Amino acid sequence: MKKFLALTLTLLMVLTFCVGCGGGGGSGSGGDTIKIGVFEPASGDNGAGGKQETLGIQYANKMQPTVTIGDKEYNVELVIIDNESDNSKAVTAAQNLVSQNVSIVLGSYGSGVSIAAADVFAEANIPAIGVTCTNPQVTADCEQYFRICFLDPFQGTVLANYAYENGMRKAYCLSKLGDDYSVGLVNYFVEAFKALGGEVVEEQFPDKNSDFTSYVANAKKAGCDVFFSPVSTEAAALIIDQAEAQALGMPLLAGDTWDSNVITGAAKGKDVEIVVTTFYQEGGNPDFDEGIKAWFEEDSSAMTNNGGNTDLAAVTAMGYDAYFVALEAMKAAGSTDPADILAALPSLQVSGLVCGDVSFNKTGDANKTEAFVKKCNTETGEWEFLTKQSAQ
Amino acid sequence: MGFLHTWLPYILAGIAVGGQYALIAIGYTMVYGILRLINFAHGDVFMWSGLIMVYMITVLPLWLSIILVIIFAIVLGTTIEKVAYRPLRSAPRMSIMISAIGVSYLLQNFALYITGGLTKTYPSINWLQKTVTIGSATTKMVTLITPVLTIILVVLLVMLIKYTKIGMAMRAVSRDFETSSLMGIDINRVITVTFVIGCALAAIGSVLYFSNYTGINPMSGAMPGLKAFVAAVFGGIGSVPGAVVGAFVIGVCENLIKGAGWTTFSDAFTFVLLIIILMVKPTGIFGEKNIDKV
Amino acid sequence: MEVRLNNKTKAALSAIAVALFLIFVFLGDKFIPAGSTWKMLITVIEKGSIYALVAASMNLLNGFTGLFSLGQAGFMLIGAYSYAIFTIPAGSHEKVYQYFDGGIIKWSLVEILEGKIGILGHYIGMFIPMLGAGLFVAVIAYLIGIPVLRLKSDYLAIATLGFAEIIRAFFQWNTLGPVTNGSNVLRKYTTYGNAVFPVLIGGISIALILLLINSTYGRAFKAIRDDEIAAEAMGINLFKHKEISFVISSFFAGISGALLAMFQTTINATPFNTVMTYEILLIVVIGGIGSITGSVIGAFLFTAASEWWLRGLDSGRWLGISSSLMRPGFRKVVFAVLIMLIVLFYAQGIMGSKEFSWDRFLTWWKRLPSNLKAWPERHRAKSEARKEARAVKAAAKAKAKEAKADNEARKASGKALFTPLPMSDHVIVFEKEGK
Repeated sequence: MKKFLALTLTLLMVLTFCVGCGGGGGSGSGGDTIKIGVFEPASGDNGAGGKQETLGIQYANKMQPTVTIGDKEYNVELVIIDNESDNSKAVTAAQNLVSQNVSIVLGSYGSGVSIAAADVFAEANIPAIGVTCTNPQVTADCEQYFRICFLDPFQGTVLANYAYENGMRKAYCLSKLGDDYSVGLVNYFVEAFKALGGEVVEEQFPDKNSDFTSYVANAKKAGCDVFFSPVSTEAAALIIDQAEAQALGMPLLAGDTWDSNVITGAAKGKDVEIVVTTFYQEGGNPDFDEGIKAWFEEDSSAMTNNGGNTDLAAVTAMGYDAYFVALEAMKAAGSTDPADILAALPSLQVSGLVCGDVSFNKTGDANKTEAFVKKCNTETGEWEFLTKQSAQ
Repeated sequence: MGFLHTWLPYILAGIAVGGQYALIAIGYTMVYGILRLINFAHGDVFMWSGLIMVYMITVLPLWLSIILVIIFAIVLGTTIEKVAYRPLRSAPRMSIMISAIGVSYLLQNFALYITGGLTKTYPSINWLQKTVTIGSATTKMVTLITPVLTIILVVLLVMLIKYTKIGMAMRAVSRDFETSSLMGIDINRVITVTFVIGCALAAIGSVLYFSNYTGINPMSGAMPGLKAFVAAVFGGIGSVPGAVVGAFVIGVCENLIKGAGWTTFSDAFTFVLLIIILMVKPTGIFGEKNIDKV
Repeated sequence: MEVRLNNKTKAALSAIAVALFLIFVFLGDKFIPAGSTWKMLITVIEKGSIYALVAASMNLLNGFTGLFSLGQAGFMLIGAYSYAIFTIPAGSHEKVYQYFDGGIIKWSLVEILEGKIGILGHYIGMFIPMLGAGLFVAVIAYLIGIPVLRLKSDYLAIATLGFAEIIRAFFQWNTLGPVTNGSNVLRKYTTYGNAVFPVLIGGISIALILLLINSTYGRAFKAIRDDEIAAEAMGINLFKHKEISFVISSFFAGISGALLAMFQTTINATPFNTVMTYEILLIVVIGGIGSITGSVIGAFLFTAASEWWLRGLDSGRWLGISSSLMRPGFRKVVFAVLIMLIVLFYAQGIMGSKEFSWDRFLTWWKRLPSNLKAWPERHRAKSEARKEARAVKAAAKAKAKEAKADNEARKASGKALFTPLPMSDHVIVFEKEGK
């Protein structure tokens, strides 16, 4: 039995090894296919968001499966890889994408993994387009990284402005220990909010924590006007639950991560007030909304990945846009070579996208000046558009 | 009065979570008492009970789901014991512990696969999640029910251990494994019963815990599991009342620490407490002294 | 047929093998294009050698000294941070410590030394923080060891696990932000240029661990592992030796943490959690507890399987098989099942407690053809033996059942004098001995 087991194991390993290499060698020759790497989390803290973002990319690929570069038509193949929302796994995942000869990379949801992978893409000189990673460090010293979303300093200021304009003077800020996204956004929010004359109480919760009772109680005890917690949707659902259980009595404010059907699902029928800033509001492009919802209806696995219903998340729309930005970049470069695409990106201007036109500034960030502010309607479980807010 | 007014929400939350830890901790302490094994997979059995509830409730009525969840936890726990621990009973202690870690790894990864890495929302059980106000604190009904239910279950369990035949067998086996087997006690049966009790309590704990903190992901069991284990050590491993006292202490302290603004260290505190206990009184509050012989 | 080489030849063979491997890695990293699948091989070798080092260090503790410690990830974390903090270039501090005004330490050892003595200084500047990281971890381990090492097996495991968690919380603490950057990633620090670096450092460290194991200290460790009380009676100072093993193991864990930091190019504290420790432990188990060679093989297999070979299981196509079962997470399930199979049916792992030796390898190699030829015959003999054993067991079982039934019958008729022993292994053992 033992020998047999050992033998099978060894055989298995050797076989995989051969096939892994053989497969890679075969498709590496290119042909008429161009590969786009999708670097997104499908598990871990940001699994839900990552999947929704990937859905946008997949839908775009379904709508536009080919691209004409020069005079030649290429099939676009998506190489999807799970970075597990984990900075240490992200490096090898990125390495894996590079080794599969992708021409451009899209992603990721969550800034930490993008920062971790940036050096891998830089070394291989493959361009990457961040979809919704909002931490400034992603593009700051990486010439290969671009992004189509706004940044945290901007978003933090927008949120602070919104809070202050609506008469909130004392904010309770909760971020997750070890999560650069929430810590970063809270930091910018605090900076802006203090500059406006507001007061803040800052706290952090540890990894794997699911007991938010005391944090909600702390916010009440401190007598705050707003509960700002731009954390992952996993934690958000628990916070909303506790907020209702303890009758928090102040609005919950958050950034782009909360624009998800996980939040609306958790808030539905509860006595809470939730306000978020985001990239897209449903109804901004009815064709896209209907098309993707129809796709969710017919493809059950897509529906599951979206969280079991057809509610549209802003990150999905952003993923959709990112795909077309990538195609435009290839067309502009007139080549499938990563280096050429990289050269074409800085001067690229794309219009006709779902979430607004995209052009890049010097550091590779999109020039965006406005964010959507949405409020959750807890009776219907849907987002309602409040206003467009800018940083000024 | 002012003190109580400020801290009541934290104390209530602490007692509730302490009760839930207690229900998990009993599984740890009983298994350790008999097998001298830290059942690392226990926290994951707890997580899986929660997960199964999520799937079960979509097709079955609530009362049936709860019963089936308890049965599921028992089956899972005893199967783990049969498959992963029993064959290694005569192996060195390290291998059986590694096996426990392996099972934990498997259960977590399997949950990851089933859920697709997404957090599942626990079904709402209305009467448990109803909001109630006591003095300065507003909280869920489950917060009040948990300690009461925990204490009732623990009293029942202590009586079972004290006054029934199987309870006597358990005490004998935990005192001396080999001698009791020579005395005609069916060791395997005792161990199975231990796992049955531990897992059933963990399943009840999961209903209470996840009704309070409604998100379940593959790692949801890890932290409560570790904390429950620390509670078991704190109370003196092998002692059921000790584990319960330990769990309440940890639950309350943890919440008070969060309330005092030391949120960064709320988890670390549990381990600090563990280390202090191990240094000062390794046998815990209620534990008995144990001497190794050659 | 047995091959016996003299020590000189062995040393020469080893030197040649190591040199060839290093050259292969060096050239591979330099010349394999980034878009090639084979590049993954180099990545796996890099990460594999880092994990090999930490697995070997854990094995020194768990396999050779019998101390079941689960603190390895915490020590790696300290090592990684200690290295990174002192090698971030001065110009990057503002960006890296963006929320902490550039942090407290505003210089990089690498830069300072490079400015003074050129390229050599660059490497010395990398080497000193790396060694420093190891030493710092060793000091921390020494302090932790004083209380912890007095604990017995499982208590020790849980206490070290606890310390690792405390360390993690400490490094993420906002108040320490100016040094550790709190929850945010550290990046831009100096990393190695070629994959040969981690292989070389890992190799040297593992060689040192091997030397230690074969020294008098190593023999004392093994004595403690086999029987503490007997070892103490033999005059081995238990606490001193445990402390030595713990400190040295942590030193190398720290070094591997520093290497991991370089490999990842960015670090934060979150991934250094219990799962990471468990993975290292499983590597040790796969390789064989008590075999450094095993740990090294285990590390490479583990890394290759989880990062490369089994990746296809997540994306729906693997080995040309497509299945709807294969969606994200499947890889990890398969992996965990494989590990459980190893733990249950192949408990000694790949190497058991044996180490690689040229003699054994060459003997095995020479005998391979004849062994392969004889394999079907041996297999048949073995399966027959197994069948026979099964029959014996079944007969014993039947007999016991009969006895029980007989007894029941007696009991029913009021003649029972005693209750039978439960149907347990003992009955079968007696039967076997009788034969």
